Amino acid sequence: MALPKRIVKETERLMAEPVPGISAVPHEDNLRYFDVTVEGPSQSPYEGGIFKLELFLPDDYPMTPPKIRFLTKIYHPNIDKLGRICLDVLKSNWSPALQIRTILLSIQALLGAPNPDDPLANDVAQHWKENQNAAIQTAREWTQQYAKPQ
Amino acid sequence: MDSEDEVISVASSEEMMEDQDSDLSMGGDYSDVDLDVDDPDVGFETQDKDIKPKRRPYEVEFNIYGPADIQSHQDQQIDEVSAILGQPPEATAILLRHTRWNKERLIEIYMDKQDTLLEEAGLGKSLAKLPELKKVKGFVCEICCEDGPDLKTFSMKCGHRFCLDCYRQYLAQKIQEEGEAARIKCPGDGCNKIVDSKSLDLLVTEDLKDRYQVLLTRTYVDDKENLKWCPAPNCEYAVDCRVKQRDLNKTVPTVHCTCGHHFCFGCTLNDHQPAPCSLVKKWLKKCEDDSETANWISANTKECPKCHSTIEKNGGCNHMTCRKCKHEFCWMCMGVWSEHGTSWYNCNRFEEKSGSEARDAQAKSRQSLERYLHYYNRYANHEQSAKLDKDIYLKTEKKMTQLQSSSGMSWIEVQFLDAASQALQQCRQTLKWTYAFAYYLARNNLTEIFEDNQKDLELAVENLSEMFEKPTDQLSGLKVEMMDKTAYCTRRRIILLSDTAENLKNGGAHSLRLRPGSFD
Ligand SMILES: [Zn+2]
Ligand SMILES: [Zn+2]
Ligand SMILES: [Zn+2]
Ligand SMILES: [Zn+2]
Ligand SMILES: [Zn+2]
Ligand SMILES: [Zn+2]
Repeated sequence: MALPKRIVKETERLMAEPVPGISAVPHEDNLRYFDVTVEGPSQSPYEGGIFKLELFLPDDYPMTPPKIRFLTKIYHPNIDKLGRICLDVLKSNWSPALQIRTILLSIQALLGAPNPDDPLANDVAQHWKENQNAAIQTAREWTQQYAKPQ
Repeated sequence: MDSEDEVISVASSEEMMEDQDSDLSMGGDYSDVDLDVDDPDVGFETQDKDIKPKRRPYEVEFNIYGPADIQSHQDQQIDEVSAILGQPPEATAILLRHTRWNKERLIEIYMDKQDTLLEEAGLGKSLAKLPELKKVKGFVCEICCEDGPDLKTFSMKCGHRFCLDCYRQYLAQKIQEEGEAARIKCPGDGCNKIVDSKSLDLLVTEDLKDRYQVLLTRTYVDDKENLKWCPAPNCEYAVDCRVKQRDLNKTVPTVHCTCGHHFCFGCTLNDHQPAPCSLVKKWLKKCEDDSETANWISANTKECPKCHSTIEKNGGCNHMTCRKCKHEFCWMCMGVWSEHGTSWYNCNRFEEKSGSEARDAQAKSRQSLERYLHYYNRYANHEQSAKLDKDIYLKTEKKMTQLQSSSGMSWIEVQFLDAASQALQQCRQTLKWTYAFAYYLARNNLTEIFEDNQKDLELAVENLSEMFEKPTDQLSGLKVEMMDKTAYCTRRRIILLSDTAENLKNGGAHSLRLRPGSFD
């Protein structure tokens, strides 16, 4: 099946004008499947880390949101052990006018502003609420351990 | 369909449209529902179906509505409010849904802060212009990236313009896949504008419009406190009942759907009169938690208390006769049957041990388990017996059909069996719940009256149930007796339910008392 114009345009633009700190490269054999990296925002516990994600555009994209998952282990109250992300724009607030680039920016922003009140990883959120400093320390250690650029 | 005509004649549109909060003056006590308990007619079914029988103390007022009724009720309210607000019907519909169909509140807020309301409801200002499709020069659709001078496009007043194709796909996704209708937003990122029905009509295909209407009707019923869907599978009817959530400790609102299903309007479980919803919930939870302890007791086989041979129960009747030694006993309490029905024998009442026996903690906990098992055993037994009664009726029915052809009895003439079977089912259902209810009752005079009523009903039921075990060739000769017993069962049930409903409603000192902590 031919790739919809929308996906072609989006991909072209991602290549031509990449977002700083973010890369998204489609697989050669499957143009709906992207390898993504997101740099941890400065002044966050994820600073200095480079996080790998996978992104897939389902058949009914952009009527339904892209499927995205962290591949790099990350200690974050809105991201669970399997790397799934709790983010409103990926669920109820998805709009077909949103794009891969806007979604990836939202994810980067989520790293800068964890929200333990809307948790996906309950134990992490609990930790975050009870002892924020210790939780941030753990997040830093995980970043050092798992998200260091090779 | 004539059931629908009937419905419309019973409830005028004003009744349906009466706002939920406008009956505050009634103080929620349903004084208009009160009935004369001394009604000498209590216990006799009205023969004439055209005369609506007087409501009994345990009956509540309700109406059944089909999909067409619900649709027209919505439309009426929309038209009425549309005229008051001076807003077009499609916008009024959005506003009414926004305030969950509370007309008074809507009008009040609208007069007070119109702009904020329109914004919050997803409408925005200036609603005069009709939605239309446009071709726009130099337009590129943000969703599909298509362009071209012939591209049809659409936008609501928010100005987020997309091509018709994308708008269509978007609405199909929302309606078909996500089951949304009342709160579909503009496809624009972060835009809260709600897609109104006029725009929708312009954009989608006929089949989607139908689906959209169905979904809207669903949210209408879900939004209104006085409306509930009948929980029977595939049933399309909704019930309108004015009993409030806060009154559920005082009344048990059983309603009867046109499809034949009887259910509680309060909790939508199957009819559980006379026990109030909260106790039913508690009881079911308890039974679930204690199921292992209780399981052994509801087993289908027991030993004869006299000769200890194994006896299997295969009918609903609890009057057992041992095949071996002919000993007659009660399946529930294993007591001698001949003593049942005498004034001093209590199969249904749990005798609490008093004094020294129940003093130490272990004895107390054993007694509390015994007490629970006493009630659970009877509860489960009536449930089981109702099934067995039904089985035996189905077998009998088959035999009756054979009898019909061999003896020339007419179909009408064997209907007494059907009536008897239905009465048994209904009475056992009630009896079952009297035991769950009694478990939570504290001991006082009224509890004893309750238990006397329970005992009378139980005895009547067992007597009728027993007749089903008679050989088929005797049944036609038992017709009159069976009809009498059926009427008696029904009467006992009405008396029990009426007494209990009165007591619940009255509250205060002269009522049934619950054991401490039962309603928390
Ligand atoms: Zn488009
Ligand atoms: Zn918009
Ligand atoms: Zn029904
Ligand atoms: Zn209920
Ligand atoms: Zn025996
Ligand atoms: Zn007994």
